Amino acid sequence: MLRSILAAVAAATFAVGAQAQTIKIAILGPMAFVQGENHWAGAEMARDEINKGGGINVGGKRMQVELIRADTNEIASVPDATNAIERVITRDKVDFLIGGFRSEAVLAMQEVAMDYKKLFLGVGAAHSKLGLNVEQNYERYKYWFRVSPTKDVDLARTLFAVMGSIGQQIRTELKTDMPKVAILAEKAVWTEALVAAAQKNLPAMKMEVVGTWQPSATATDVTAELSAIDRAGAHIVFTMLSGPVGISVARQMGERNMKAVAWGINVEGQKEEFWQASAGKAQFVSTLDTYSEVEMTPKTIPFVQAFKQRYKKAPTYTAATYDAIMLLKAVIEQEGTTNADKLVAAIEKIEHIGTGATASWDKRHDLNWAVGKTAGIAVQWQDGKKVPFWPPNVKGMQPFKMPTR
Amino acid sequence: MLQDILVTGLVNGGVYALLAIGFSLIFGVARIVNIAHTAFYMLAAYCFYALLTRTGLGFLVSGVISVVAVTAFSVLCYRLVIEPVREHESAVLIATIALALVFQELMLFIFGGHFLGIPSTLEGSLRFLGVSIPYQRLLILVVAAAMLVLVWFILYRTRLGLAIRATANDLEVANLMGMNVNRVAMATVAISVALASVAGVVVAPVFVVDPFMWLAPLVTMLAIVVLGGLGSLKGSLIGALIIGYVEAITVFVLPAGAYLKGAVALLIMVVVLLVRPEGLFGVVFEEER
Repeated sequence: MLRSILAAVAAATFAVGAQAQTIKIAILGPMAFVQGENHWAGAEMARDEINKGGGINVGGKRMQVELIRADTNEIASVPDATNAIERVITRDKVDFLIGGFRSEAVLAMQEVAMDYKKLFLGVGAAHSKLGLNVEQNYERYKYWFRVSPTKDVDLARTLFAVMGSIGQQIRTELKTDMPKVAILAEKAVWTEALVAAAQKNLPAMKMEVVGTWQPSATATDVTAELSAIDRAGAHIVFTMLSGPVGISVARQMGERNMKAVAWGINVEGQKEEFWQASAGKAQFVSTLDTYSEVEMTPKTIPFVQAFKQRYKKAPTYTAATYDAIMLLKAVIEQEGTTNADKLVAAIEKIEHIGTGATASWDKRHDLNWAVGKTAGIAVQWQDGKKVPFWPPNVKGMQPFKMPTR
Repeated sequence: MLQDILVTGLVNGGVYALLAIGFSLIFGVARIVNIAHTAFYMLAAYCFYALLTRTGLGFLVSGVISVVAVTAFSVLCYRLVIEPVREHESAVLIATIALALVFQELMLFIFGGHFLGIPSTLEGSLRFLGVSIPYQRLLILVVAAAMLVLVWFILYRTRLGLAIRATANDLEVANLMGMNVNRVAMATVAISVALASVAGVVVAPVFVVDPFMWLAPLVTMLAIVVLGGLGSLKGSLIGALIIGYVEAITVFVLPAGAYLKGAVALLIMVVVLLVRPEGLFGVVFEEER
């Protein structure tokens, strides 16, 4: 009996010792969907690279990275997301949290993470409220940082910068002073500020807004909307779409042989599978994006190539979990500790060169917006390939094309 | 704008009509509350997608195999899930909801949450009254018309149709008259699922295939069948066109409220039911038959 107890105590001691050799990081994402798949894939690449290199140096002690896969199912259910984050904190005893996608779910998960004072690096959600929380109640929310993408307001700044460039091309090629723009935005919280900004800014940019159409985010048929846009003679369809409606818009524009070109946010358009999903009809559809084989940073091209080699497809923006883990490694090694409070102070001061951005953070723990650093890139689908075209001064960019009229 | 509304409403109404015919048969005529009906439509779309893109079989062969396989599967589901609880409507309702959710999760497991596209059977488009109409949508209109004629023929020109209508009118009397009501119900499920499968094969190429694609059509189909009047194929056709036109008018008149098109269509249904609870063609049609 005594021997059994001693053996159990020894085993438990060994287990605790073994556990202490790893840094546990929870990767939170909708794992049955592309966003979650990329969360996990980016994290796997970072883990393997770090562990192969001997792990993370924590004050002279090498520690391996252990990933905990947490399926938040947040696209279907916000409560599933809060349950997932609660589980990894309380049962799996993770040290850090990375991921999230849908803003509503991430806002809820942010509360749980802050309750436990866990460092939570957001990779996926754009809603401004996440950063506003930090500014309004720093002591509670300081453990939150947004690694990718930039907040919604800054996404709008990028959208208008690219829109100006496309508008100029249309003026030159079509010899028109006032390009006509149709705003096509899904009805959702995240598009409200963008739609208002577009209606206000586009006339100031000498562009005519011919109308605003707002289908449901889950709409599968937009023929009536596109018919009206066609009739209005739009040159540009300014898209703000995160759901499957982005595929319907691309496909049905192609089927109707529309002469207008689509530019904006089309989350589905960022995915490698988009061309197939739109049955090859997405010619000239363009969208904001993060990754392509262009020199955004010295690490971008090697990362994209390694990702493609390993997963047989290009990364989407949620693969920036790679950058989040590398950021953690950098600040842990710099501070020599995994203490969350010390790491918060370190991230606030650091400029981190990642694979998708050269990142630094403001007082809301949002990314400081800058073209060529954190603003991302613009890509256009041309003959089945996603071609990067903005910012034009970055090496590797190619021309933006328009349908022949 | 008027020509846009006329053409767009007709084309979209045709899509809804094709989806509604099978549902009208099972829910409206046979009165079996098969909530999994549009889930079979989803299964057919996935089956068609897999055969077409992964085996290299052509459109026709892939389509035929999909329709036959899903129809055969529906018969199995009927025997295992619906038949044992057939006499209790609420149990059928719950069992078929469960069945639909199982199908949804199965597709999520096998294909993931990816949005998949099926190539058009017919490529290209034509301009009519200045409005561009893809050929695939015209194909849907033709298939919808053909299916309507076929179902009408089965119901009113065959012994099976007579049996379906008889069991729908009074299950017990039909049973006492010597009809094998379970076999009739099974045949009804098979025919309606075959129609759903045809819709999956023909309609899915204009939409996106995903594990949740059965939900939105289910609500619209319920609205169309109830609006047109339970048991009336003609009512379902007119209901589908009404919904198609109401949606088109909403988008053209209220562009920023395009997301309301589904809600406006359902509101029209509620208003019609308040004025005429039996739907547009419900009672008259049932009395005639």
